[in-house]
Amino acid sequence: MFGFLLRRIAVLIPTFIGVSIIAFSFIRLLPGDPVALLSGERVMSPEQHAAVSHQLGLDRPIVIQYLDYLWGVMRGDFGASIVSKTPIMTQFLDLFPATVELSFCAIIIAVALGIPAGVIAAIKRGTIIDQGMMGVALVGYSMPIFWWGLLLIILFSGILQWFPVSGRISLMFFFEPVTGFMLIDSLLSDQKGAFLSALSHLALPSIVLATIPLAVIARQTRSAMLEVLSEDYVRTARAKGLSPFRVVGLHALRNAMIPVITTIGLQVGVMLAGAILTETIFSWPGIGKWMVDSVFRRDYPVIQGGLLLIAGIIMIVNLIVDLLYGLINPRIRH
Amino acid sequence: MRYKLGFAAALLAASFLSTTASAKTFVFCSEGSPEGFDPGLYTAGTTFDASAHPVYNRLIEFKPGTTQPVAGLAQSWDISSDGTVYTFKLRPNVKFQSNASFKPTRTLTADDVIFSIGRQIDANNPWNKYIAGASWEYASGMGFPKLIKSIEKVDDLTVKITLTHPEAPFLADLAMPFASILSKEYADSLEKSGKKEQLNQAPIGTGPYSFVAYQRDAVIRFKKNADYWGTAPKIDDLVFAITTDAAVRYQKLKAGECHLMPYPNAADVKAMKADPNLKVLEQEGLNIAYLAYNTTQAPFDKPEVRKALNKAINKKAIVDAVFQGMATPAVNPIPPTMWSYNKSTQDDTYDLEAAKKMLADAGVKDLSMKVWAMPVSRPYMLNARRAAEIIQDDFSKIGVKVEIVTYEWAEYLSRSKAKDRDGAAIMGWTGDNGDPDNFLDTLLGCDAVGGNNRAQWCNKEFDELVKKAKVTADQAERTKLYEQAQLVFKKDAPWATIDHSLAIVPMRKNVVNFVKSPLGAFTFESVDLAD
Repeated sequence: MFGFLLRRIAVLIPTFIGVSIIAFSFIRLLPGDPVALLSGERVMSPEQHAAVSHQLGLDRPIVIQYLDYLWGVMRGDFGASIVSKTPIMTQFLDLFPATVELSFCAIIIAVALGIPAGVIAAIKRGTIIDQGMMGVALVGYSMPIFWWGLLLIILFSGILQWFPVSGRISLMFFFEPVTGFMLIDSLLSDQKGAFLSALSHLALPSIVLATIPLAVIARQTRSAMLEVLSEDYVRTARAKGLSPFRVVGLHALRNAMIPVITTIGLQVGVMLAGAILTETIFSWPGIGKWMVDSVFRRDYPVIQGGLLLIAGIIMIVNLIVDLLYGLINPRIRH
Repeated sequence: MRYKLGFAAALLAASFLSTTASAKTFVFCSEGSPEGFDPGLYTAGTTFDASAHPVYNRLIEFKPGTTQPVAGLAQSWDISSDGTVYTFKLRPNVKFQSNASFKPTRTLTADDVIFSIGRQIDANNPWNKYIAGASWEYASGMGFPKLIKSIEKVDDLTVKITLTHPEAPFLADLAMPFASILSKEYADSLEKSGKKEQLNQAPIGTGPYSFVAYQRDAVIRFKKNADYWGTAPKIDDLVFAITTDAAVRYQKLKAGECHLMPYPNAADVKAMKADPNLKVLEQEGLNIAYLAYNTTQAPFDKPEVRKALNKAINKKAIVDAVFQGMATPAVNPIPPTMWSYNKSTQDDTYDLEAAKKMLADAGVKDLSMKVWAMPVSRPYMLNARRAAEIIQDDFSKIGVKVEIVTYEWAEYLSRSKAKDRDGAAIMGWTGDNGDPDNFLDTLLGCDAVGGNNRAQWCNKEFDELVKKAKVTADQAERTKLYEQAQLVFKKDAPWATIDHSLAIVPMRKNVVNFVKSPLGAFTFESVDLAD
């Protein structure tokens, strides 16, 4: 097992360097001068432009810039934003918990509704229930998120007034963040109503973010279940007289879950990389919006640092998943 | 009861804004996050709204709702006869704010002024590079490093600024956000504790509100500065709820989650006006959108060709289609609200037949040209692509073929200023300080060719007029010079002036005394909530 772990970590190192090269070079391939963007319509004189470029280190050869950057990363210094002049790590740590919290709630909704929907559709294959569920899943999958989010806001916040429009908690609650996770911090704050407020603010963005993964999980579960339900051992279980619940819940579902879990894992990776549209619509202060804003402003340090941090986290999550697979199925270790 | 199904917290949130009995809280749904809280470091209005205006003051302030420079932290000032030495008498007993780590022991002095300006213009100042990438773009852009020869302390409440040459707009420059006055004592204490970067994160100023907290990309909180030297704000707590999408800002305003929002979608304004719970403030903006010909390239080097094309542009159609009427067609290169605006200037009226004839007289046939459309929406031009399409259609009616080109914004900024640029570019400007020099010399002066002067237009007569006005202290004299300059501009037509947009500010009905700055800033010093 230790050798397996070492091999996996060894693979991570070139991957990490590869990501750093891609993150560093691709953004520079895009047209657009970050120094010119700093002043917008107010054109800098060539001398001012040169001075600012020098100050930001952008006038050095690109290889030197990259090596300097890599050296900084190895020391845990991801640099500072060209625009806000704030350290990348500070910004990332401020924003990442919000993305994790939203992703976590969204994936819970997607799993809690997607798997039962897929199972029911598989059991009721070919019926109106199956067609109805898969039709809804297809609609969910095809839904333009921006439009869907705005629609929910207009309906549930504007007309029905059941939920707040945007933000993470009502502005009447004010406490210093401890963990950065609003649900936990609101509980720790001891302020009456804070937790409910945080929960109500999470509802609509979670639903919107969960929509596509829910549809994907439901469809994946249905097809995996259909495959498993036609297996011999399921037929045998039925012939033995086991109850339908035990056949489906115990024998079929457990085996059908393997591809579904892979799908869930992939969806979690996508969400952690930032739910750009959902974060924008709901003014959710997460990393997706932060990254997109940085691309538009050609904020090189934020883009390269942010990408590296996100990629690093996804790599670590994958490593853990790989190790878990290794633990569950020893054949994978070899 | 429809509320039965809702969360209790949502109810609390909704009732929050109506709670006015004890502490008054005002929520502004701002359009973006501040880049930081040290105004000298940045150039964005969004940043100034959250830093320079609530937290700080300047030596000179703009009279609320106008661009008139009035006394701020400087009680009075004296300008030498040659216009190069400015002596400012500071207001006594102006207290700085405090926070958990800093309690001021003294009031405002000349040291604070020297610190605040000095760090921006002197590369050897220990605070010039106090955070990575500090480049003081605004001070550099306004020419301060070359303009200011020295800043000296005469006594605790007197500071003398010597310029390298006379510059009439200097007082207005000092009223701009980047010239905010910070506490040197606070800076020293941060340096001592090794936390210099806090100057940009936990601001201390003399302004109407004290900074409380910032949750990145989400909320900024301020509280009333109890020691404010001016008229005390009526609001106890000022909250910026950062909401980047205009449609969502509108929903928050409707739901009562905020009191006032900036930059609505033009398409929503009609519904906002019809909403009994809202009111909409309309104010002429200090801006202009224009189409800059490249006056160095044939056939646009001929004024008669440029004027012919100008006569073919239906500005009213652009204003209606792009702004849904919330703009005015532009005649001069400065907006009508600016002093020295020349009301007697005759515009090139929309007349296709006359335009055709003028082109024919100029010997131009089968002209094909490019019109550059900005890829971004700006207050002065919400949709440049749409405007370019209208121009394309108009020009086709006089036999001119137009190809619309666009680039990513940074590329656009860079390519559109190139001296050999092909065709005419849509561009615009929002005033910095209310001084006509900030439009006329900045955008059309000979020095700005290859830079802000995207028409590459260098007209000696115009340039002499605006340069003379820049060093003339007497405003009446300057007005005459600028009025003349506008006539020269119109005669030579380096631009087709397109529009001046209106600033539209929707707010809840109970918001009173909100004064909109013509410079685009959102300030809340005087705002109040009616019971």
